[in-house]
Amino acid sequence: MAAVMTLEELRAGLAWRKNLDKVFVVLGLVILLTCLGLLALLFLDLVRDGGPRFGWDFLTNFPSRKAERAGILSAWVGTSMIMFVTMLVALPVGVAAAIYLEEYAPKNWFTGIIEINVTNLAGVPSIVYGLLALGLFVYTFGLGQSVLSAGLTLALLILPIVIVATREALRAVPKAIREAAYGLGATRWEVTKDHVLPYSTGGILTGLILGLSRAIGETAPIITIGALSFIAFLPPSPVGPEFPFLNFEWLRSEFTAMPIQIFNWVSRPDQAFQANAAAAAAILLAMTLSMNAIAIWIRYRFRKKINW
Amino acid sequence: MSATTTSATRSVALGKGAFASLGYRKVRDRLVELVLLACGLVAVFTTLAIVVILFYESASFFEHVSLREFATDTMWTPLFADARYGILPLVSGTLTVTFVALLVAIPLGTIIAIYLSEFAGHRTRESVKPVLELLGAVPTVVYGYFALLMVTPFLQKLIPGLPGFNMLSAGLVIGLMIVPYVASVSEDAMRAVPRYMREGSYAMGATKLQTALRVVVPGAFSGIAAAYILGISRAIGETMVVAIAAGMQPTLTFDPTEPAATITAYIVQVSLGDLPHDSIGYQSIFAAGLVLMLMTLVFNVIGFFLTRKFREAY
Repeated sequence: MAAVMTLEELRAGLAWRKNLDKVFVVLGLVILLTCLGLLALLFLDLVRDGGPRFGWDFLTNFPSRKAERAGILSAWVGTSMIMFVTMLVALPVGVAAAIYLEEYAPKNWFTGIIEINVTNLAGVPSIVYGLLALGLFVYTFGLGQSVLSAGLTLALLILPIVIVATREALRAVPKAIREAAYGLGATRWEVTKDHVLPYSTGGILTGLILGLSRAIGETAPIITIGALSFIAFLPPSPVGPEFPFLNFEWLRSEFTAMPIQIFNWVSRPDQAFQANAAAAAAILLAMTLSMNAIAIWIRYRFRKKINW
Repeated sequence: MSATTTSATRSVALGKGAFASLGYRKVRDRLVELVLLACGLVAVFTTLAIVVILFYESASFFEHVSLREFATDTMWTPLFADARYGILPLVSGTLTVTFVALLVAIPLGTIIAIYLSEFAGHRTRESVKPVLELLGAVPTVVYGYFALLMVTPFLQKLIPGLPGFNMLSAGLVIGLMIVPYVASVSEDAMRAVPRYMREGSYAMGATKLQTALRVVVPGAFSGIAAAYILGISRAIGETMVVAIAAGMQPTLTFDPTEPAATITAYIVQVSLGDLPHDSIGYQSIFAAGLVLMLMTLVFNVIGFFLTRKFREAY
């Protein structure tokens, strides 16, 4: 190896290395744009294939043996009911667990165990939650293959997401705020409820919406607990005309959901049904993406609004 | 008399809440703490329940099937009259799909992470990251549609004779799906490498790319390894894409152009039918789930040691 480089060699080498930099930038951009382009392509293709099926009828018809008469009424009603249960369970439990870990928990091995569990649960494959629900909710608790079982399953599934997001939001509240409240004689719960929680609403909401957008597309766990793919009836209405105006029969009802309906249609060899799958998938994708967009927007607004 | 006046004045000055005795407020605090703790324990109970249910149902399964047959038989046909219970075909399917997915996700995810962390400007990074995360938010059943009805027909033009169901297309799509996870976690790790390490490298005359590849990536390797492990866990546990696009026939093969079932696809297939509770078919999905959990666990343990071995303290 030559120990001394001439100036020309050095310049040539540097130019070559700098060109490699540029090549890498182009490579990075191309890959990034390809990934995003594929997402756009996917969405356009769904809209193109499912386009002819969009319409009021598609939303208000039950599934049918005839592809052109089939709709997603029972699917979107089922999905809405499941999401409602999921939210009612995951929000309070997730936020409470996060408050405990962030504001109350002493630093000891016991808290460590809870934290490790939350981290690990986030990595458990979703279908395993399905097996858990099948064994626990459906058979051990006897809840059956119902809206309630599905909602509880998805609530457990998104619990880590809600907990992690809430903890981050709580941690972002400066210590000074807590200490000021303690200084005025507030107890720990008063500090949390009146000061820390209101400031973290944005982060908590973002986490909840991201969690729900994950839950709305989850297929495997609710197939495992036994969602049916052909349901030509709606669960009983939660609101009745007679006193007490509410009934909870719908919780025990059998159900289907958007992703189940898509899975069923896409697995059929008939092209007419695959068009239905494309239309339903486009609707589901639009729901997921808009939930994510809302979450990003909320996060952005709260970040801008709060100046410590 | 005078005492009443004082307390009346105090209640006006401090508001009603503060008038509640300190003792009452302390008891309330204690009760709230217990409720919060109970919610925190839900996570622990979930983990316990998963372990107990998987082991309990698998135990009934292993009363009928010997561990030896389970681990060495090359056929998996629990639903046939002539039932065979060898998990190997499902494991081979899972590993093949995961391997194909990683071939896509690791290079693409790493390059995107290096680009975002070392080359892209602040504004590009902040606007691209959320959009990239949308890729990970697409429901997996939609990715399944993508794999079966768009990617497979395209691949069939490149590889004549490719069957309609194949592991290649499922693996490629899962790879695309986990790119954002790999990219996002690796990028965080690279950004945690302190600025002065880069500056030292620049001062020695290295270009950005040389600095990225020889200083930043090695420095962040423990975090990058964690990102890869996360990607592997996702790929192993992915269900709908394989259930839709890879076929549901358990076959002992490592050839990605063939159709095969994965562990997850088998669980879905059984769940779609109406198997009676307590039948061996019903128990077999828990045994399959247990193997799935063990595989995820093995990769996570490997990841834990990798992360520890390559951890750099700054």
